[in-house]
Amino acid sequence: MVTLLNVIIGGFLMGGIYAIVAVGLSMQYGVGRVLNIAHGEFLMVGAFITWSFYTFLKISPLITFFLVGGLLFILGYIIDWSLFSRLRRISPSISVYEGNSLMACFGLQFVIQNLAMLLWGGGLKGYSYLAVPVNIGGAVFGTNRLITLVYALGISLLFYLFLTKTRTGKAIRAASQNATAAAIVGVNIDFVLSLCFALGAMLAGIAGCLVSMMYSIHTAMGLEYTVIALIVIVLGGLGSITGSLIGGFILGIIGSVMSYVEPGLILVAYYLLFMLLLLIKPTGLMGR
Amino acid sequence: MSFKKVAIILLLLALFGLLPYFGTPYMVVLFGNIFMYVVLTLSWVMFSGPTGYISLASAAFFGAGIYTAAVLSFKLPVIMIVLMGATVGFLLALLIGVITLRLRGIYFAMFTFGFVELLLYFVLWYETNIKGTTGRIVFTLGNVTVYYIMYILSIILLLVMYILNKSKYGMALKSIGDNEIASEHSGVNVTRIKILVYALSAAFVGACGSIMATRLTYIDPKIAFNPLYSFIPIFMAIFGGMREIYGPIIGSFIFSYLQEVLTTKIPYYYMLLFGLLMIFIIVYMPEGLIGLLRINLIKRNRS
Repeated sequence: MVTLLNVIIGGFLMGGIYAIVAVGLSMQYGVGRVLNIAHGEFLMVGAFITWSFYTFLKISPLITFFLVGGLLFILGYIIDWSLFSRLRRISPSISVYEGNSLMACFGLQFVIQNLAMLLWGGGLKGYSYLAVPVNIGGAVFGTNRLITLVYALGISLLFYLFLTKTRTGKAIRAASQNATAAAIVGVNIDFVLSLCFALGAMLAGIAGCLVSMMYSIHTAMGLEYTVIALIVIVLGGLGSITGSLIGGFILGIIGSVMSYVEPGLILVAYYLLFMLLLLIKPTGLMGR
Repeated sequence: MSFKKVAIILLLLALFGLLPYFGTPYMVVLFGNIFMYVVLTLSWVMFSGPTGYISLASAAFFGAGIYTAAVLSFKLPVIMIVLMGATVGFLLALLIGVITLRLRGIYFAMFTFGFVELLLYFVLWYETNIKGTTGRIVFTLGNVTVYYIMYILSIILLLVMYILNKSKYGMALKSIGDNEIASEHSGVNVTRIKILVYALSAAFVGACGSIMATRLTYIDPKIAFNPLYSFIPIFMAIFGGMREIYGPIIGSFIFSYLQEVLTTKIPYYYMLLFGLLMIFIIVYMPEGLIGLLRINLIKRNRS
């Protein structure tokens, strides 16, 4: 019973982070058509900013959280404005744009990773914040993990409301369904696409902030999260942001179960799921 | 092919074939390395160039080749180990192809991107839990032997690409890149051709890995499955330009030399530089170096 509770809470915890990261990637690919394989690097940057603020300035990660979100949003916006909007203009077709932006992201991945390496060094970093254990019905968790869970669920909910209730959110969903048609009915498509990339970077960054509260971090950590985010967006269905949200939690539960069965094979299990998906249902849960 | 072209090619072949006889030992190591990158880059171009399907899994095949060599080390003769490395690369790519190449190209890119991570974690798990130790020792080869194997591998790959380009399969591959649906409707078995050519290209990467393993002597999963080997070949291919077969070769020559020089001096800065350069090339010179040359030639001819 206690193990079950452990698995479920642990699953939601991992799932919350996966969901945030994947929704970010889903914004960038599903709407913006940029398969951002540097996505995990934004997460890494978020984690390192949080670490730096806590280690050198003693600022709580729960406050840095908002700062990281803002910074990464600006960074994402600048990258889209300087790089991807240009690529959009010069690419003759959407498939050429997808290819070009994918390879540009490959370059971006190495740029961000090596900049981080120069800035923060190659070693493992970590800090201990609110690691006081809490007992919930026999299952023991660190306070920091529970706060992370609350933050992750809160962000997911807020983001869901933003997409479904606000005007901008509706414009984003319209653009994800059909960019040309959305532009015709008066959506400022350039702005929406830049916004999506920036929001994606923001979500990756705040996920990094949360990750840094629980695990030790290093500059090569991004790749793993990129891979997970890729699997989640296929699981949720390419182009479906809600699908990514749900997919994140499903993968989190699978990961949590696997961590009891064989922790060394978590990523292998995810990949097996990925293979099965591609073989049986490549459109995912909510894909078109 | 004109007489002049054939003469130049033969001259270059002879020059590089005799390199160990007149070059310094350092040159042999350097050019061995350069030919490794030529093989990696060309094998990426072989599939991804004409089809436009972007494979991000070179490092996975390379690492698989390294592990093949490590497992078979001291058990089989060198040539058999290279062939086994090629076979493992071929089979892995076949698996990836069967799973993803029926689908849109974006699924292929996604799946190949994480594949190196998958192999890394799987091998790491296997080595720690089943075998008990993470590292392996690989046999070593003389620098001249490594050089000649790489040299011959490059020639075989070039020949294969040349024949493929001239054959109906090469045409089919190009038609897939132009318009896959039209290609399918004109009777090309697109999935089968994509899978076979992809597997063939990966065989060269696997072979390459199994030879380069001998340079490393000690390996563990983190050393063998280094994502850098997916990035560098694409970078070199794009830099050189993929329209002509010599574009990627020029790209690999320039950048494997630069890498050789810069690795020890400024290890992080040069990777940063390569990343920035890659973005720059994609935005400002999509045809690569040979594209620039061609534009200049056209301009000169006009004036």
